[in-house]
Amino acid sequence: MYVRRLELVDVRSYARVGVDLQPGPNVLVGPNGVGKTNLIEALGYVATLGSHRVATDAPLVRAGAGSAVIRCAIVHESRELLVELEIVPGRANRARLGRAPVRRARDILGALRLVLFAPEDLSLVRGDPAERRRYLDDLLVLRQPRFAAVRSDYERVLKQRNALLRSSYLTKRVTKTAGDLSTLEVWDQHLAEHGAVLLAARLALVDALAPHLSKAYDAVSAGEGAAAIAYQATVPEPTADAVLAALRASRPQEVERGVTLVGPHRDELALTLGPLPVKGYASHGESWSFALALRLAAYELLRADGIEPVLVLDDVFAELDTGRRERLATLIADAAQVLITCAVEADVPTRLSGIRYTVRPGEVVREQ
Amino acid sequence: MYEGAIQDLIDELGRLPGIGPKSAQRLAFHVLSADPIDVRRLAASLVKVKEVVKFCTICFNVAEDDKCRICRDPRRSDEILCVVEEPKDVVAIERTNEFRGRYHVLGGAINPLEGVGPDNLRVRELMQRLADGEVKELILATDPNTEGEATATYIALLVKPMGITVSRLASGLPVGGDLEYADEITLGRAFEGRRTI
Repeated sequence: MYVRRLELVDVRSYARVGVDLQPGPNVLVGPNGVGKTNLIEALGYVATLGSHRVATDAPLVRAGAGSAVIRCAIVHESRELLVELEIVPGRANRARLGRAPVRRARDILGALRLVLFAPEDLSLVRGDPAERRRYLDDLLVLRQPRFAAVRSDYERVLKQRNALLRSSYLTKRVTKTAGDLSTLEVWDQHLAEHGAVLLAARLALVDALAPHLSKAYDAVSAGEGAAAIAYQATVPEPTADAVLAALRASRPQEVERGVTLVGPHRDELALTLGPLPVKGYASHGESWSFALALRLAAYELLRADGIEPVLVLDDVFAELDTGRRERLATLIADAAQVLITCAVEADVPTRLSGIRYTVRPGEVVREQ
Repeated sequence: MYEGAIQDLIDELGRLPGIGPKSAQRLAFHVLSADPIDVRRLAASLVKVKEVVKFCTICFNVAEDDKCRICRDPRRSDEILCVVEEPKDVVAIERTNEFRGRYHVLGGAINPLEGVGPDNLRVRELMQRLADGEVKELILATDPNTEGEATATYIALLVKPMGITVSRLASGLPVGGDLEYADEITLGRAFEGRRTI
Protein backbone atom coordinates (compact mmCIF):
# COMPACT_ATOMS: atom_id res chain seq x y z
CA MET A 1 0.00 0.00 0.00
CA TYR A 2 1.25 3.51 -0.71
CA VAL A 3 -0.07 7.05 -0.86
CA ARG A 4 0.25 8.40 -4.40
CA ARG A 5 -1.00 11.90 -3.78
CA LEU A 6 -1.90 14.01 -0.77
CA GLU A 7 -3.87 17.23 -1.06
CA LEU A 8 -4.73 19.57 1.77
CA VAL A 9 -7.12 22.50 1.74
CA ASP A 10 -7.15 24.81 4.78
CA VAL A 11 -5.34 22.30 6.99
CA ARG A 12 -3.20 23.93 9.73
CA SER A 13 -0.65 26.21 7.98
CA TYR A 14 -1.65 25.24 4.44
CA ALA A 15 -4.23 27.15 2.41
CA ARG A 16 -3.87 24.67 -0.42
CA VAL A 17 -1.10 22.16 -1.14
CA GLY A 18 -0.69 19.01 -3.20
CA VAL A 19 2.17 16.50 -3.02
CA ASP A 20 2.80 13.59 -5.37
CA LEU A 21 4.44 10.80 -3.38
CA GLN A 22 6.29 7.70 -4.57
CA PRO A 23 6.56 4.10 -3.37
CA GLY A 24 9.69 3.56 -1.26
CA PRO A 25 11.41 6.30 0.72
CA ASN A 26 10.15 9.90 0.52
CA VAL A 27 12.07 12.50 2.49
CA LEU A 28 10.47 15.82 3.46
CA VAL A 29 13.09 18.40 4.40
CA GLY A 30 12.46 21.84 5.85
CA PRO A 31 13.37 24.07 8.79
CA ASN A 32 11.49 23.92 12.10
CA GLY A 33 7.92 25.17 12.18
CA VAL A 34 7.46 25.12 8.44
CA GLY A 35 4.69 22.50 8.39
CA LYS A 36 6.29 19.08 7.81
CA THR A 37 4.44 17.44 10.67
CA ASN A 38 1.18 19.01 9.48
CA LEU A 39 1.38 16.85 6.35
CA ILE A 40 2.05 13.74 8.42
CA GLU A 41 -0.72 14.62 10.85
CA ALA A 42 -3.21 14.93 8.00
CA LEU A 43 -2.30 11.47 6.71
CA GLY A 44 -2.58 10.08 10.23
CA TYR A 45 -6.03 11.64 10.48
CA VAL A 46 -7.20 9.75 7.41
CA ALA A 47 -5.92 6.49 8.93
CA THR A 48 -7.32 6.91 12.45
CA LEU A 49 -9.84 9.81 12.30
CA GLY A 50 -7.82 11.53 15.00
CA SER A 51 -4.69 13.61 15.34
CA HIS A 52 -1.63 12.23 17.07
CA ARG A 53 -0.91 15.72 18.40
CA VAL A 54 -4.19 17.18 19.66
CA ALA A 55 -7.42 15.77 21.04
CA THR A 56 -9.82 18.18 19.31
CA ASP A 57 -10.31 18.98 15.64
CA ALA A 58 -10.31 22.78 15.86
CA PRO A 59 -6.50 23.25 15.65
CA LEU A 60 -6.41 21.25 12.41
CA VAL A 61 -8.44 23.81 10.53
CA ARG A 62 -6.45 26.79 9.21
CA ALA A 63 -7.13 29.96 11.22
CA GLY A 64 -9.99 31.83 9.57
CA ALA A 65 -11.28 28.86 7.54
CA GLY A 66 -14.56 27.09 8.35
CA SER A 67 -13.51 23.58 7.46
CA ALA A 68 -10.47 21.60 6.32
CA VAL A 69 -10.29 19.05 3.51
CA ILE A 70 -7.81 16.19 3.31
CA ARG A 71 -7.75 14.26 0.06
CA CYS A 72 -5.47 11.34 -0.62
CA ALA A 73 -5.07 8.80 -3.39
CA ILE A 74 -4.04 5.42 -2.01
CA VAL A 75 -2.72 2.61 -4.18
CA HIS A 76 -3.31 -0.88 -2.84
CA GLU A 77 -2.62 -4.00 -4.89
CA SER A 78 -2.30 -1.76 -7.99
CA ARG A 79 -5.77 -0.30 -7.52
CA GLU A 80 -6.18 3.35 -6.71
CA LEU A 81 -8.69 4.58 -4.13
CA LEU A 82 -9.45 8.24 -3.51
CA VAL A 83 -10.30 9.11 0.09
CA GLU A 84 -11.67 12.56 0.88
CA LEU A 85 -12.36 13.85 4.33
CA GLU A 86 -13.86 17.16 5.37
CA ILE A 87 -13.22 18.24 8.94
CA VAL A 88 -15.75 20.66 10.39
CA PRO A 89 -15.00 21.39 14.06
CA GLY A 90 -17.95 20.72 16.33
CA ARG A 91 -19.79 18.73 13.65
CA ALA A 92 -19.53 15.24 12.22
CA ASN A 93 -16.81 14.81 9.62
CA ARG A 94 -17.92 14.12 6.06
CA ALA A 95 -16.09 11.57 3.99
CA ARG A 96 -16.09 10.21 0.45
CA LEU A 97 -14.57 6.99 -0.82
CA GLY A 98 -13.79 6.99 -4.54
CA ARG A 99 -16.05 10.05 -5.05
CA ALA A 100 -19.06 8.38 -3.41
CA PRO A 101 -20.17 9.77 -0.04
CA VAL A 102 -20.14 7.28 2.84
CA ARG A 103 -22.76 7.17 5.57
CA ARG A 104 -20.34 7.67 8.45
CA ALA A 105 -16.78 8.97 8.39
CA ARG A 106 -15.86 5.74 10.24
CA ASP A 107 -16.40 3.82 7.00
CA ILE A 108 -13.11 5.11 5.60
CA LEU A 109 -11.12 3.43 8.38
CA GLY A 110 -9.03 0.67 6.88
CA ALA A 111 -8.63 2.42 3.52
CA LEU A 112 -5.24 3.69 4.66
CA ARG A 113 -3.13 1.58 7.00
CA LEU A 114 -0.45 3.65 8.60
CA VAL A 115 2.17 3.17 11.30
CA LEU A 116 3.38 6.51 12.56
CA PHE A 117 6.37 7.18 14.75
CA ALA A 118 6.55 10.72 16.09
CA PRO A 119 8.45 12.50 18.89
CA GLU A 120 5.29 12.25 21.04
CA ASP A 121 5.83 8.48 21.13
CA LEU A 122 8.56 8.89 23.72
CA SER A 123 5.63 8.87 26.16
CA LEU A 124 5.09 5.19 25.25
CA VAL A 125 8.23 4.52 27.28
CA ARG A 126 8.28 7.40 29.74
CA GLY A 127 4.55 7.98 30.25
CA ASP A 128 1.85 6.33 32.35
CA PRO A 129 0.77 2.70 31.83
CA ALA A 130 -2.35 4.12 30.11
CA GLU A 131 -0.15 5.11 27.13
CA ARG A 132 1.08 1.55 26.70
CA ARG A 133 -2.42 0.09 27.11
CA ARG A 134 -3.63 2.46 24.42
CA TYR A 135 -0.77 1.35 22.17
CA LEU A 136 -1.88 -2.29 22.58
CA ASP A 137 -5.59 -1.58 22.17
CA ASP A 138 -5.10 0.60 19.09
CA LEU A 139 -3.07 -2.13 17.45
CA LEU A 140 -5.70 -4.69 18.45
CA VAL A 141 -8.44 -2.69 16.75
CA LEU A 142 -6.27 -2.11 13.69
CA ARG A 143 -5.87 -5.88 13.27
CA GLN A 144 -9.42 -6.87 14.24
CA PRO A 145 -12.03 -4.06 14.16
CA ARG A 146 -14.35 -6.13 16.37
CA PHE A 147 -12.23 -5.16 19.37
CA ALA A 148 -13.37 -1.55 19.04
CA ALA A 149 -16.70 -2.78 20.43
CA VAL A 150 -15.13 -4.92 23.16
CA ARG A 151 -12.99 -1.99 24.24
CA SER A 152 -15.84 0.52 24.35
CA ASP A 153 -18.17 -1.96 26.11
CA TYR A 154 -15.52 -2.60 28.74
CA GLU A 155 -14.93 1.10 29.28
CA ARG A 156 -18.67 1.78 29.55
CA VAL A 157 -19.25 -1.00 32.10
CA LEU A 158 -16.20 0.18 34.05
CA LYS A 159 -17.57 3.74 34.14
CA GLN A 160 -20.94 2.51 35.39
CA ARG A 161 -19.35 0.27 38.00
CA ASN A 162 -17.10 3.09 39.24
CA ALA A 163 -20.11 5.42 39.41
CA LEU A 164 -21.92 2.84 41.55
CA LEU A 165 -18.93 2.34 43.87
CA ARG A 166 -18.42 6.09 44.10
CA SER A 167 -22.04 6.87 44.99
CA SER A 168 -22.07 4.12 47.61
CA TYR A 169 -18.79 5.48 48.99
CA LEU A 170 -20.29 8.98 49.25
CA THR A 171 -23.51 7.69 50.86
CA LYS A 172 -21.42 5.88 53.41
CA ARG A 173 -19.44 8.99 54.26
CA VAL A 174 -22.51 11.15 54.67
CA THR A 175 -24.93 8.76 56.38
CA LYS A 176 -22.47 6.30 57.95
CA THR A 177 -24.53 3.42 56.55
CA ALA A 178 -23.53 1.24 53.63
CA GLY A 179 -24.69 2.57 50.27
CA ASP A 180 -26.82 0.58 47.84
CA LEU A 181 -24.61 -2.01 46.13
CA SER A 182 -27.39 -4.39 45.07
CA THR A 183 -26.45 -4.15 41.38
CA LEU A 184 -22.70 -4.54 41.91
CA GLU A 185 -22.92 -8.28 41.20
CA VAL A 186 -24.40 -7.50 37.77
CA TRP A 187 -21.65 -5.02 36.86
CA ASP A 188 -19.06 -7.53 38.09
CA GLN A 189 -20.42 -10.15 35.70
CA HIS A 190 -20.38 -7.84 32.69
CA LEU A 191 -16.98 -6.39 33.58
CA ALA A 192 -15.64 -9.95 33.88
CA GLU A 193 -17.08 -11.03 30.51
CA HIS A 194 -15.75 -8.06 28.52
CA GLY A 195 -12.55 -7.91 30.58
CA ALA A 196 -11.70 -11.56 29.92
CA VAL A 197 -12.11 -11.09 26.15
CA LEU A 198 -9.99 -7.93 26.17
CA LEU A 199 -7.33 -9.55 28.37
CA ALA A 200 -7.11 -12.68 26.22
CA ALA A 201 -6.74 -10.54 23.09
CA ARG A 202 -4.02 -8.39 24.66
CA LEU A 203 -2.09 -11.45 25.86
CA ALA A 204 -2.21 -13.00 22.39
CA LEU A 205 -1.13 -9.69 20.87
CA VAL A 206 1.85 -9.31 23.22
CA ASP A 207 2.89 -12.89 22.40
CA ALA A 208 2.78 -12.12 18.69
CA LEU A 209 4.49 -8.76 19.13
CA ALA A 210 7.34 -9.77 21.46
CA PRO A 211 9.64 -11.42 18.86
CA HIS A 212 9.15 -8.50 16.44
CA LEU A 213 10.04 -6.06 19.19
CA SER A 214 13.24 -7.83 20.22
CA LYS A 215 14.27 -8.03 16.60
CA ALA A 216 13.49 -4.39 15.88
CA TYR A 217 15.37 -3.14 18.93
CA ASP A 218 18.27 -5.43 18.20
CA ALA A 219 18.44 -4.12 14.65
CA VAL A 220 18.28 -0.48 15.69
CA SER A 221 20.82 -0.84 18.51
CA ALA A 222 23.08 -3.48 16.87
CA GLY A 223 22.77 -5.91 19.74
CA GLU A 224 23.35 -3.46 22.58
CA GLY A 225 20.96 -4.73 25.22
CA ALA A 226 18.14 -7.23 24.83
CA ALA A 227 14.76 -5.52 24.71
CA ALA A 228 11.67 -7.39 25.87
CA ILE A 229 8.01 -6.72 26.61
CA ALA A 230 5.84 -8.59 29.06
CA TYR A 231 2.20 -8.15 29.93
CA GLN A 232 1.58 -7.68 33.63
CA ALA A 233 -2.04 -8.52 34.38
CA THR A 234 -3.93 -7.78 37.58
CA VAL A 235 -5.88 -10.99 36.97
CA PRO A 236 -4.12 -14.41 36.84
CA GLU A 237 -5.80 -15.76 33.69
CA PRO A 238 -8.03 -14.46 30.91
CA THR A 239 -11.30 -16.12 31.89
CA ALA A 240 -14.47 -14.49 33.17
CA ASP A 241 -14.30 -16.65 36.30
CA ALA A 242 -10.78 -15.47 37.10
CA VAL A 243 -11.74 -11.81 36.66
CA LEU A 244 -14.81 -12.37 38.80
CA ALA A 245 -12.73 -14.02 41.53
CA ALA A 246 -10.24 -11.14 41.46
CA LEU A 247 -13.08 -8.62 41.71
CA ARG A 248 -14.54 -10.49 44.69
CA ALA A 249 -11.14 -10.59 46.42
CA SER A 250 -10.59 -6.86 46.06
CA ARG A 251 -14.16 -5.84 46.79
CA PRO A 252 -13.55 -4.60 50.37
CA GLN A 253 -10.84 -2.17 49.18
CA GLU A 254 -12.95 -1.19 46.19
CA VAL A 255 -15.91 -0.29 48.37
CA GLU A 256 -13.51 1.52 50.72
CA ARG A 257 -11.98 3.61 47.93
CA GLY A 258 -14.93 3.85 45.53
CA VAL A 259 -13.06 2.67 42.42
CA THR A 260 -12.44 -0.56 40.45
CA LEU A 261 -8.98 -1.87 41.30
CA VAL A 262 -8.51 -4.98 39.14
CA GLY A 263 -9.02 -5.66 35.44
CA PRO A 264 -7.39 -4.82 32.11
CA HIS A 265 -7.68 -1.08 32.84
CA ARG A 266 -5.08 -1.50 35.62
CA ASP A 267 -2.69 -3.73 33.67
CA GLU A 268 0.75 -2.73 32.49
CA LEU A 269 2.97 -3.55 29.55
CA ALA A 270 6.40 -3.92 31.15
CA LEU A 271 9.33 -2.80 29.01
CA THR A 272 12.75 -4.15 29.91
CA LEU A 273 16.24 -3.73 28.55
CA GLY A 274 18.40 -6.63 29.71
CA PRO A 275 17.63 -7.13 33.41
CA LEU A 276 16.42 -3.56 34.03
CA PRO A 277 13.11 -1.79 33.44
CA VAL A 278 13.34 0.89 30.76
CA LYS A 279 11.48 3.52 32.74
CA GLY A 280 13.90 5.23 35.10
CA TYR A 281 16.99 3.30 33.92
CA ALA A 282 17.37 3.72 30.17
CA SER A 283 19.14 6.73 28.68
CA HIS A 284 17.32 9.19 26.42
CA GLY A 285 18.73 7.51 23.31
CA GLU A 286 17.77 4.06 24.56
CA SER A 287 14.26 5.18 25.48
CA TRP A 288 13.91 6.74 22.04
CA SER A 289 15.11 3.55 20.39
CA PHE A 290 12.70 1.49 22.47
CA ALA A 291 9.74 3.65 21.51
CA LEU A 292 10.81 3.35 17.88
CA ALA A 293 11.13 -0.43 18.26
CA LEU A 294 7.54 -0.60 19.59
CA ARG A 295 6.26 1.15 16.45
CA LEU A 296 8.46 -0.91 14.15
CA ALA A 297 7.25 -4.09 15.85
CA ALA A 298 3.65 -3.04 15.18
CA TYR A 299 4.65 -2.37 11.58
CA GLU A 300 6.28 -5.79 11.19
CA LEU A 301 3.33 -7.55 12.83
CA LEU A 302 0.87 -5.92 10.44
CA ARG A 303 3.15 -6.88 7.56
CA ALA A 304 3.22 -10.46 8.81
CA ASP A 305 -0.62 -10.37 8.80
CA GLY A 306 -0.47 -9.56 5.10
CA ILE A 307 -1.28 -5.86 5.45
CA GLU A 308 1.49 -3.70 4.03
CA PRO A 309 1.06 -0.40 5.89
CA VAL A 310 2.65 2.95 5.07
CA LEU A 311 5.43 3.78 7.52
CA VAL A 312 5.86 7.36 8.69
CA LEU A 313 8.91 8.52 10.66
CA ASP A 314 8.47 12.05 11.90
CA ASP A 315 11.70 13.72 12.99
CA VAL A 316 13.35 10.48 14.03
CA PHE A 317 16.86 10.59 12.64
CA ALA A 318 17.98 13.71 14.49
CA GLU A 319 17.70 11.83 17.79
CA LEU A 320 19.78 8.79 16.80
CA ASP A 321 23.55 8.34 16.54
CA THR A 322 25.10 7.57 13.15
CA GLY A 323 25.23 3.81 13.72
CA ARG A 324 21.58 3.62 14.71
CA ARG A 325 20.58 5.80 11.77
CA GLU A 326 22.28 3.46 9.32
CA ARG A 327 20.74 0.36 10.86
CA LEU A 328 17.28 1.90 10.87
CA ALA A 329 17.76 2.81 7.22
CA THR A 330 18.65 -0.82 6.41
CA LEU A 331 15.67 -2.09 8.36
CA ILE A 332 13.11 0.00 6.47
CA ALA A 333 14.75 0.01 3.05
CA ASP A 334 12.33 -2.58 1.65
CA ALA A 335 9.13 -1.00 3.00
CA ALA A 336 6.38 -0.35 0.47
CA GLN A 337 6.43 3.32 1.36
CA VAL A 338 8.21 5.32 4.04
CA LEU A 339 7.63 9.02 4.66
CA ILE A 340 10.43 10.69 6.57
CA THR A 341 10.53 14.24 7.85
CA CYS A 342 13.71 16.00 8.97
CA ALA A 343 14.98 19.52 9.57
CA VAL A 344 18.56 18.79 8.42
CA GLU A 345 18.96 16.75 5.27
CA ALA A 346 22.34 15.40 6.33
CA ASP A 347 20.65 13.54 9.24
CA VAL A 348 19.00 11.07 6.86
CA PRO A 349 21.32 8.27 5.72
CA THR A 350 22.19 8.33 2.01
CA ARG A 351 20.73 4.83 1.68
CA LEU A 352 17.28 6.43 1.94
CA SER A 353 18.06 8.90 -0.82
CA GLY A 354 14.70 8.31 -2.42
CA ILE A 355 12.58 11.22 -3.49
CA ARG A 356 13.28 14.50 -1.69
CA TYR A 357 10.86 17.32 -1.08
CA THR A 358 11.62 20.76 0.25
CA VAL A 359 8.94 22.07 2.56
CA ARG A 360 8.57 25.85 2.64
CA PRO A 361 5.83 27.91 4.33
CA GLY A 362 2.62 26.95 2.55
CA GLU A 363 4.19 24.79 -0.18
CA VAL A 364 5.99 21.51 -0.84
CA VAL A 365 8.38 21.28 -3.79
CA ARG A 366 9.86 18.11 -5.19
CA GLU A 367 13.62 18.24 -5.78
CA GLN A 368 14.81 17.15 -9.18
CA MET B 1 -35.41 38.30 19.76
CA TYR B 2 -39.12 38.67 19.07
CA GLU B 3 -41.63 40.41 21.27
CA GLY B 4 -44.01 38.98 23.81
CA ALA B 5 -46.12 35.93 22.97
CA ILE B 6 -44.23 34.73 19.90
CA GLN B 7 -40.91 34.67 21.79
CA ASP B 8 -42.61 32.87 24.69
CA LEU B 9 -43.82 30.22 22.27
CA ILE B 10 -40.36 29.88 20.68
CA ASP B 11 -38.81 29.46 24.14
CA GLU B 12 -41.34 26.81 25.16
CA LEU B 13 -40.97 24.84 21.93
CA GLY B 14 -37.18 25.09 22.23
CA ARG B 15 -37.33 23.21 25.52
CA LEU B 16 -38.72 20.10 23.81
CA PRO B 17 -36.25 17.28 23.08
CA GLY B 18 -34.68 17.41 19.60
CA ILE B 19 -35.91 20.96 18.91
CA GLY B 20 -33.21 23.60 18.47
CA PRO B 21 -33.70 27.38 18.30
CA LYS B 22 -34.15 27.38 14.50
CA SER B 23 -36.75 24.60 14.52
CA ALA B 24 -38.56 26.27 17.42
CA GLN B 25 -38.77 29.48 15.41
CA ARG B 26 -40.10 27.66 12.34
CA LEU B 27 -42.73 25.81 14.40
CA ALA B 28 -43.79 29.00 16.17
CA PHE B 29 -44.37 30.85 12.91
CA HIS B 30 -46.20 27.86 11.51
CA VAL B 31 -48.55 27.98 14.49
CA LEU B 32 -48.99 31.72 14.00
CA SER B 33 -50.07 31.31 10.40
CA ALA B 34 -52.21 28.19 10.98
CA ASP B 35 -56.00 28.03 11.17
CA PRO B 36 -57.20 28.97 14.72
CA ILE B 37 -59.22 25.71 14.89
CA ASP B 38 -56.12 23.61 14.30
CA VAL B 39 -54.19 25.56 16.90
CA ARG B 40 -56.97 25.14 19.44
CA ARG B 41 -57.06 21.39 18.78
CA LEU B 42 -53.28 21.17 19.32
CA ALA B 43 -53.53 23.15 22.56
CA ALA B 44 -56.41 20.98 23.78
CA SER B 45 -54.54 17.74 23.13
CA LEU B 46 -51.47 19.08 24.94
CA VAL B 47 -53.58 19.84 28.01
CA LYS B 48 -55.57 16.63 27.72
CA VAL B 49 -52.54 14.37 27.58
CA LYS B 50 -51.49 15.48 31.05
CA GLU B 51 -55.03 15.24 32.45
CA VAL B 52 -56.20 11.98 30.97
CA VAL B 53 -53.18 9.73 30.41
CA LYS B 54 -52.16 7.67 33.38
CA PHE B 55 -49.91 4.71 33.87
CA CYS B 56 -51.43 1.24 33.95
CA THR B 57 -51.46 -0.02 37.53
CA ILE B 58 -50.37 -3.48 36.39
CA CYS B 59 -47.74 -3.06 33.68
CA PHE B 60 -46.99 0.71 33.90
CA ASN B 61 -47.60 1.26 30.22
CA VAL B 62 -49.39 4.48 29.32
CA ALA B 63 -53.19 4.06 29.66
CA GLU B 64 -56.39 6.04 29.92
CA ASP B 65 -57.84 3.88 32.67
CA ASP B 66 -56.47 2.01 35.64
CA LYS B 67 -55.55 -0.77 33.24
CA CYS B 68 -54.07 -0.43 29.77
CA ARG B 69 -55.57 -1.96 26.64
CA ILE B 70 -53.18 -4.93 26.75
CA CYS B 71 -53.72 -5.76 30.41
CA ARG B 72 -57.52 -5.64 29.85
CA ASP B 73 -57.40 -7.99 26.85
CA PRO B 74 -58.67 -11.45 28.00
CA ARG B 75 -57.30 -13.21 24.89
CA ARG B 76 -53.72 -12.60 25.91
CA SER B 77 -51.70 -15.18 27.79
CA ASP B 78 -50.84 -14.56 31.43
CA GLU B 79 -48.09 -17.16 31.30
CA ILE B 80 -45.61 -15.14 29.31
CA LEU B 81 -44.34 -11.71 30.29
CA CYS B 82 -42.12 -9.33 28.33
CA VAL B 83 -40.03 -6.79 30.24
CA VAL B 84 -39.20 -3.53 28.41
CA GLU B 85 -37.65 -0.20 29.36
CA GLU B 86 -40.16 2.30 27.94
CA PRO B 87 -43.79 2.42 26.69
CA LYS B 88 -42.48 3.03 23.16
CA ASP B 89 -40.81 -0.39 23.28
CA VAL B 90 -44.26 -1.94 23.85
CA VAL B 91 -45.49 -0.24 20.67
CA ALA B 92 -42.45 -1.52 18.75
CA ILE B 93 -43.04 -5.13 19.85
CA GLU B 94 -46.79 -4.89 19.26
CA ARG B 95 -46.12 -3.93 15.64
CA THR B 96 -44.62 -7.38 15.09
CA ASN B 97 -47.94 -9.04 15.98
CA GLU B 98 -45.92 -12.00 17.23
CA PHE B 99 -46.17 -11.62 20.95
CA ARG B 100 -49.43 -12.62 22.65
CA GLY B 101 -48.37 -12.32 26.27
CA ARG B 102 -48.32 -9.33 28.57
CA TYR B 103 -45.81 -6.57 29.29
CA HIS B 104 -44.02 -4.93 32.16
CA VAL B 105 -42.58 -1.44 31.64
CA LEU B 106 -39.61 -0.70 33.91
CA GLY B 107 -39.42 3.01 33.18
CA GLY B 108 -35.71 2.98 32.26
CA ALA B 109 -32.57 0.94 32.84
CA ILE B 110 -30.03 0.65 35.63
CA ASN B 111 -27.58 3.52 35.11
CA PRO B 112 -25.36 4.45 38.06
CA LEU B 113 -23.82 7.35 36.08
CA GLU B 114 -27.24 8.99 36.06
CA GLY B 115 -28.12 7.80 39.54
CA VAL B 116 -30.69 5.24 38.39
CA GLY B 117 -30.76 2.07 40.50
CA PRO B 118 -33.31 -0.77 40.75
CA ASP B 119 -35.27 1.25 43.34
CA ASN B 120 -35.94 3.94 40.72
CA LEU B 121 -37.37 1.33 38.34
CA ARG B 122 -40.47 -0.84 38.65
CA VAL B 123 -38.49 -3.90 39.65
CA ARG B 124 -40.26 -4.45 42.97
CA GLU B 125 -43.63 -4.29 41.16
CA LEU B 126 -42.34 -6.87 38.70
CA MET B 127 -41.37 -9.23 41.51
CA GLN B 128 -44.85 -8.84 43.02
CA ARG B 129 -46.42 -9.75 39.69
CA LEU B 130 -44.28 -12.86 39.45
CA ALA B 131 -44.95 -13.96 43.03
CA ASP B 132 -48.28 -15.73 42.30
CA GLY B 133 -46.53 -18.24 40.00
CA GLU B 134 -48.82 -17.76 37.04
CA VAL B 135 -46.02 -16.47 34.77
CA LYS B 136 -44.00 -19.35 33.26
CA GLU B 137 -41.65 -17.43 30.95
CA LEU B 138 -40.04 -14.03 31.25
CA ILE B 139 -38.64 -12.33 28.12
CA LEU B 140 -36.08 -9.62 28.82
CA ALA B 141 -36.40 -7.09 25.99
CA THR B 142 -34.31 -4.26 27.39
CA ASP B 143 -32.08 -2.32 24.96
CA PRO B 144 -28.97 -4.15 23.67
CA ASN B 145 -26.57 -1.61 25.21
CA THR B 146 -24.47 -1.67 28.38
CA GLU B 147 -27.26 -0.43 30.65
CA GLY B 148 -29.96 -2.62 29.08
CA GLU B 149 -27.76 -5.72 29.35
CA ALA B 150 -26.99 -4.95 32.99
CA THR B 151 -30.69 -4.51 33.75
CA ALA B 152 -31.47 -7.81 32.04
CA THR B 153 -28.77 -9.62 34.03
CA TYR B 154 -29.99 -8.05 37.28
CA ILE B 155 -33.56 -9.21 36.73
CA ALA B 156 -32.42 -12.64 35.55
CA LEU B 157 -30.44 -13.12 38.78
CA LEU B 158 -33.54 -12.26 40.83
CA VAL B 159 -35.99 -14.36 38.83
CA LYS B 160 -34.05 -17.54 38.02
CA PRO B 161 -34.34 -18.96 41.58
CA MET B 162 -38.16 -18.76 41.22
CA GLY B 163 -38.09 -21.47 38.56
CA ILE B 164 -39.32 -19.22 35.76
CA THR B 165 -37.78 -19.59 32.28
CA VAL B 166 -35.87 -16.41 31.48
CA SER B 167 -34.88 -15.49 27.94
CA ARG B 168 -33.18 -12.55 26.27
CA LEU B 169 -33.80 -11.16 22.78
CA ALA B 170 -31.15 -12.17 20.22
CA SER B 171 -28.91 -9.57 18.61
CA GLY B 172 -27.16 -9.67 15.27
CA LEU B 173 -27.64 -8.81 11.62
CA PRO B 174 -30.72 -6.93 10.44
CA VAL B 175 -33.02 -9.13 8.34
CA GLY B 176 -33.52 -8.18 4.72
CA GLY B 177 -30.28 -6.23 4.61
CA ASP B 178 -27.08 -6.93 2.76
CA LEU B 179 -24.15 -8.44 4.60
CA GLU B 180 -21.78 -5.96 3.01
CA TYR B 181 -23.56 -3.00 4.60
CA ALA B 182 -23.26 -4.29 8.15
CA ASP B 183 -20.58 -2.51 10.17
CA GLU B 184 -17.65 -4.51 11.55
CA ILE B 185 -18.99 -4.43 15.08
CA THR B 186 -22.43 -5.84 14.30
CA LEU B 187 -20.97 -8.37 11.89
CA GLY B 188 -18.29 -9.36 14.41
CA ARG B 189 -20.98 -9.98 17.05
CA ALA B 190 -23.14 -11.89 14.62
CA PHE B 191 -20.15 -14.15 13.95
CA GLU B 192 -19.73 -14.76 17.66
CA GLY B 193 -23.42 -15.53 18.07
CA ARG B 194 -23.68 -17.81 15.01
CA ARG B 195 -25.75 -20.99 15.27
CA THR B 196 -25.75 -24.35 13.56
CA ILE B 197 -28.54 -25.13 11.11
